[in-house]
Amino acid sequence: MSDVRLMIDGQEVVVSSETSILEAAKQIGIEIPALCYDPNLEIEAACRLCLVEIEGSNKLQTSCSTRVKEGMVVHTQSEKVVKTRKDILQLLLDSHPNDCLTCQKAGECLLQKYAYDYDLKFRVHDGAMRPQLLDTSSPYILKDNAKCILCGKCVKTCAQVSDRQVLTFAERGYETYIALDANQTLETSSCVSCNRCVTVCPVGALVDKRALGKLRSWDGSSRVINCKRCDYGCEFEIVSKDKKNIAVLAKPPTNGRPLCLKGRLNTELEYIDEPEVPYRKISGKFEETTWSKALSLDGLLEKFEKMDSLKGKTREE
Amino acid sequence: MITIEELKRIKEEQRPILEKRLIEQGNVNINEDGSIVLNGDYYKKQVRIALKNCGIIDPNNIKEYIAVDGYFALANCLINKKAKDIIEDMKASGLRGRGGAGFPTGRKWETAFLYDADQKYMICNADEGDPGAFMDRSILENDPHSVLEGMAIGGYSIGADKGFIYVRAEYPLAVRRLRAAIDQAKELGLLGNNILGTGFNFDIELRLGSGAFVCGEGTALIESIEGKRGMPRTKIYRTAHKGLWEKPTIINNVETFANVPVIFQKGVDWFRSIGTEKSPGTKVFALVGKVENAGLVEVPMGTTLREIVFDIGGGTQNGKEFKSVQTGGPSGGCIPANLIDTSVDFESLDKIGSIMGSGGMVVMDENTCMVDIARYFLDFTVDESCGKCVPCREGTKRMLETLDKIVSGKGEEEDIEKLESLSETITLGSLCGLGQTAANPVITTLKYFRDEYEAHIQDKKCPAGACVDLVEYFITDKCIGCGACARACPVDCISGAKKELHVIDQDRCIKCGACMEACPPKISAVIKR
Ligand SMILES: Cc1cc2nc3c(=O)[nH]c(=O)nc-3n(C[C@H](O)[C@H](O)[C@H](O)COP(=O)(O)O)c2cc1C
Ligand code: SF4
Ligand code: SF4
Ligand code: SF4
Repeated sequence: MSDVRLMIDGQEVVVSSETSILEAAKQIGIEIPALCYDPNLEIEAACRLCLVEIEGSNKLQTSCSTRVKEGMVVHTQSEKVVKTRKDILQLLLDSHPNDCLTCQKAGECLLQKYAYDYDLKFRVHDGAMRPQLLDTSSPYILKDNAKCILCGKCVKTCAQVSDRQVLTFAERGYETYIALDANQTLETSSCVSCNRCVTVCPVGALVDKRALGKLRSWDGSSRVINCKRCDYGCEFEIVSKDKKNIAVLAKPPTNGRPLCLKGRLNTELEYIDEPEVPYRKISGKFEETTWSKALSLDGLLEKFEKMDSLKGKTREE
Repeated sequence: MITIEELKRIKEEQRPILEKRLIEQGNVNINEDGSIVLNGDYYKKQVRIALKNCGIIDPNNIKEYIAVDGYFALANCLINKKAKDIIEDMKASGLRGRGGAGFPTGRKWETAFLYDADQKYMICNADEGDPGAFMDRSILENDPHSVLEGMAIGGYSIGADKGFIYVRAEYPLAVRRLRAAIDQAKELGLLGNNILGTGFNFDIELRLGSGAFVCGEGTALIESIEGKRGMPRTKIYRTAHKGLWEKPTIINNVETFANVPVIFQKGVDWFRSIGTEKSPGTKVFALVGKVENAGLVEVPMGTTLREIVFDIGGGTQNGKEFKSVQTGGPSGGCIPANLIDTSVDFESLDKIGSIMGSGGMVVMDENTCMVDIARYFLDFTVDESCGKCVPCREGTKRMLETLDKIVSGKGEEEDIEKLESLSETITLGSLCGLGQTAANPVITTLKYFRDEYEAHIQDKKCPAGACVDLVEYFITDKCIGCGACARACPVDCISGAKKELHVIDQDRCIKCGACMEACPPKISAVIKR
């Protein structure tokens, strides 16, 4: 691993030869748009937004998957790059429902952000749109295929935990969509409601259903805490509004952290002022349950009481 | 274990039997130098290297392959050559991949040869998926051993002891013949362990393709063999360094492999004496469409399109006017009549906006609508796009929608510009070769046949008379009022009194053409316009 020197948009940068152009640009404050890139996931180069022009080549290269080379001269905003990028974004918008008004993701949606950055709008046309396929079967996650831009991040993050691997690509071409197991729903599939996929989805195709209708991304204030349920200590965001904690949102899992439902419910119970009822999945069906059952505390609670009362007695004596 | 002496003995024993059979069959010519060629004008104008044994030997009998010098190139390489010498010979031969891109095979092999690894793989790409193409199928079915031998030579040179043939499941005969060939070669000791006592091991397994066109793309093919969904990978590493199961992997096309043994039999100089300086050797084409003699044609690189279409193919059918020839399948371009003297090699085709591709060649005449042809190829691409990257998945779909609009008479002035702009984005922005070349049929027809697009859009007319929505059947005043057309019309939209001019109600006409067929040939009053 050696250091290389290159020019990006006229600025010089020195980075290790293993670095991607996208990361090198980031180091000097140049943000290259990307929808499918996530430093924690395998590189796919599927969205093609991060294309850049490298002097000496007529082609454009995806900056997420191209490593830097000594003497490289990169342009991230050349006319060709911007035209291609705009076309790609417009293609995504042309298949996307015009729903930003009520979309839970509004304000933190990357498609919305880039459309704003590149001054693009939804267009009315009589061509195909992605079919409306809304999966409302889970109390924890809402999956809206019509909004999916097929970046594949959810598939990859789900597969990072070896016993999950619930999400897959199905069909091909324009008909491609993200499926659960062999075409199951969130409820009937082997999904464990960990919300990993929700944390990486750049658009409103996978959202946290327990936050639905309660807050907008710019609402309230939030702080990040570590889950106390196990040693991984996954991160959750506690969102508060009007001096009340109203939602717990899973943060993207890093450093091999798995995220799990129990941890999330544990955190809800601990921080949320009025948590919603918990649900458990029992042989492919979500059922309302009690907090003690949801957190597997049934036996423990009795023991707490027993021990505490014993303790009381000893003191009295 | 077989020895070189034993191999020679089989050849000597089998050769007279083969010749006797062929002479009885009477369709071949045995030349003085021992080469055997098929009789007839169609073959006389061809130079067959990859197809040299097709139609001549019995593909189910390894001894017949040996009788035509089969496996002697492998034996010679194993016994007399070092891996490095083979790479040097391959580089010197100038052989370029026949699967589409024309990458120099020797250089490709060298990349894997130079990369140290405990395990390497040699893969034969037999996923032939271009509509209308059957070059590879013909080789696999009629001369499977040439591919096995080529792979073994390649394996020895790069240091691979394992090969895979990724073959379309839709080619059951090819699969059977390959299986039989592998079994026979193993039985004789020409595949397997310690081949010819040289200590070289090489085994070949078959993998059946899932039928997706995109699985012919190298990285998707690798994913598919690994048991994953066949989607192209972004190339962070070269497959010659990290390919199948992260090991150095070489993928070559069927026809490429079939050339390899011949190069080592007849020598590099001989090979270079055929074809052009930059594209030595021959190329097999599947000549189809509106051509008199359709079939497989193998010609030296540098042969002109005219020689292929007219001298060998016999020109268009029924004396119709030749309009265009399309090369390169769905990734290729439509070449107009005035460029018919273009020589067929990688560079020349590239220069005029088409590609060599794997060898599809479709001849079109005056009745072919070029907008419709572009639409046809794009329709194929839209179906076959894997759906991974945005420009290909979304862009080709939008282009197809625009073309659909145009051929149905709903095209608008700005559609041409829209097509051009999208073509550019899809070509520049797509991840794999499928998307990067998907727009070629549109780009080339826009370049060479723009007037046809304009006729569809501005005049709402299809000059070739092929687009159903844009033609009308019309009865001219030659009509004698016999009523045959009115009786034939399935929707009863033709009216007229006996012996008087009949008229078609254009609003109700479904454009089936029954009237035109029914009108007595001597009269021919019904025209399409
Ligand atoms: C969409 C797509 C489909 C392809 N299909 C085939 C195929 O069916 N057979 C083939 O040999 N090469 C095919 N190729 C080309 C391969 O990627 C690769 O270049 C080739 O197999 C290399 O062999 P060669 O160097 O011998 O030509 C395809 C490429 C693309 C982009
Ligand atoms: S919630 Fe977890 S298990 Fe379920 S699909 Fe998402 S990542 Fe996979
Ligand atoms: S659901 Fe979200 S994360 Fe998954 S592919 Fe679609 S857009 Fe990407
Ligand atoms: S160009 Fe098309 S076939 Fe290739 S990766 Fe992209 S979507 Fe898939």
